[in-house]
Amino acid sequence: MGTERELPQQETLDDGEVIARLVHPRAIRWLHWINFPLLFIMIWSGLRIYWAEDVYAAGIGSWQWFAFFPDAVYERLDLGRHLARGLAFHFSFGWLFVINGAIYVTYLAITGEWRHIVPDRHAAREAKDVVLHDVRIKKQAPPQGKYNAAQRISYTVVLVMALVLVVSGFAIYKPTQLYPLPLLFGGYQGARVIHFTMTIGLMAFFVVHVLQVIRSGWGNFRSMVTGYQIERRRPPSDTSPPISVTPVSESETHATEIEEVSP
Amino acid sequence: MTTERERELRAPLDDAPTITVEEFRRRSRRSFLTGAAGITGAVLGWRWLQNQPVADGIPQPLRSQLERNETLWTRLSASRSAPEFAVSEATPIQVNGRIGIRNEIDLADWTVRVEGPDGELLDDLDVAAFDALPQRDMVIEHKCIEGWSSIVHWGGVRFSDFHQRYADRVGDAPYVGLETPDGLYYVGWDMASIMHPQTMLALRQGGAPLDQDHGAPLRIATPNKYGIKCLKRIGVIRYARERPADYWAERSYDWYAGL
Repeated sequence: MGTERELPQQETLDDGEVIARLVHPRAIRWLHWINFPLLFIMIWSGLRIYWAEDVYAAGIGSWQWFAFFPDAVYERLDLGRHLARGLAFHFSFGWLFVINGAIYVTYLAITGEWRHIVPDRHAAREAKDVVLHDVRIKKQAPPQGKYNAAQRISYTVVLVMALVLVVSGFAIYKPTQLYPLPLLFGGYQGARVIHFTMTIGLMAFFVVHVLQVIRSGWGNFRSMVTGYQIERRRPPSDTSPPISVTPVSESETHATEIEEVSP
Repeated sequence: MTTERERELRAPLDDAPTITVEEFRRRSRRSFLTGAAGITGAVLGWRWLQNQPVADGIPQPLRSQLERNETLWTRLSASRSAPEFAVSEATPIQVNGRIGIRNEIDLADWTVRVEGPDGELLDDLDVAAFDALPQRDMVIEHKCIEGWSSIVHWGGVRFSDFHQRYADRVGDAPYVGLETPDGLYYVGWDMASIMHPQTMLALRQGGAPLDQDHGAPLRIATPNKYGIKCLKRIGVIRYARERPADYWAERSYDWYAGL
């Protein structure tokens, strides 16, 4: 708010001048993008390990829906017969994944950025409205800050899942040296099941995340690269008439840019 | 209307710095160039890793990392023990590997050569020699590097008890190598791991003498290393000053394979 109050009144146009607002600090952008290939390498090498003893399936009771994974998946992704290489990559890159994640969580904690992510008490209701809005049952999206309530819940759940993933991974990696850590997951085999389940969960998140980013459009993707999101300047919120926080479209931005050529 | 809730959610964002679109364009360009450089760097780094000299089946940097991992974990908690279970919890264990034990042997003829670090023969022992040592039982979770595990009831002699007979003669040899009688399967152990109280020269499984598929008459068993280290049908026990050859370490696996 401070930035806006200091500005002379005449600069705040009625329609709102087009500006760029920092939404993703530099550290978050770097950590986000470093995490991407690391997570990818961990899942890829992890699946090569899993192949050696691929006992899990999705289903209820004795009814099996599908096995993890069909042979075609292994063949297509060259996951078979690479257990040793899978282990070598997993236990090398795992450290980078853990360090990157630890820096990220520490950064969130120290800077207070976690406030943008961790859901508050209204989040559950609002998240429901976000989903209803997404599937076009509701016209109006609920109010939001940097992230909408559904994003906040899923980003928080993903962080918790990543933590469980890492801790269960260590329980499998060094069950004796870290004993009684495996007991947290019901033992060594329990830790394996949890580790695998969290991986599938992260893969599912990844798919939805990418689809949602595509749906949100270029401006949203760009904000994770540049840090900034284009928007219309809003008058100070305490005196504001109805306003829109919707990012403006590309064409509008271009028009404004031309207008702004002369200082 | 701007609701209270909207203001509350929006407030932290309103504090975030803003820049002009012009400035944004400039920074955008820089960010995307940085991104492109980052992707290029990542691709080059990945290719560099793949093109490194191979050390026993994996790129050297990964082999070095496995060694660093070993150093870290042995320093952190070398003396910790795995949980033990009740005899009733033990289950049959699957036969996963037959390297070095494909043929049946006459157990009456079997002996194990015990060699010192200079290749000198210290002993040639038959089963009775192991029966004469203090007998122990342990019910532990045997873990395969593939991922499965079984709770197994082993009976036999602690390696550390066996070692007492040779402690004076082998000095401070830091390694022990084990081999099948035909030499086809061989593993290397560091002294700290093999002297661990849960490392057993096993003669029995489930209270009965081992059958040939499980390494009769003598094999090594532990909950603290993967099954690839738990050599069946021991033919040679060799104290060593250098890290002994290891069948699976030569085939891309971690030499230490510790849990």
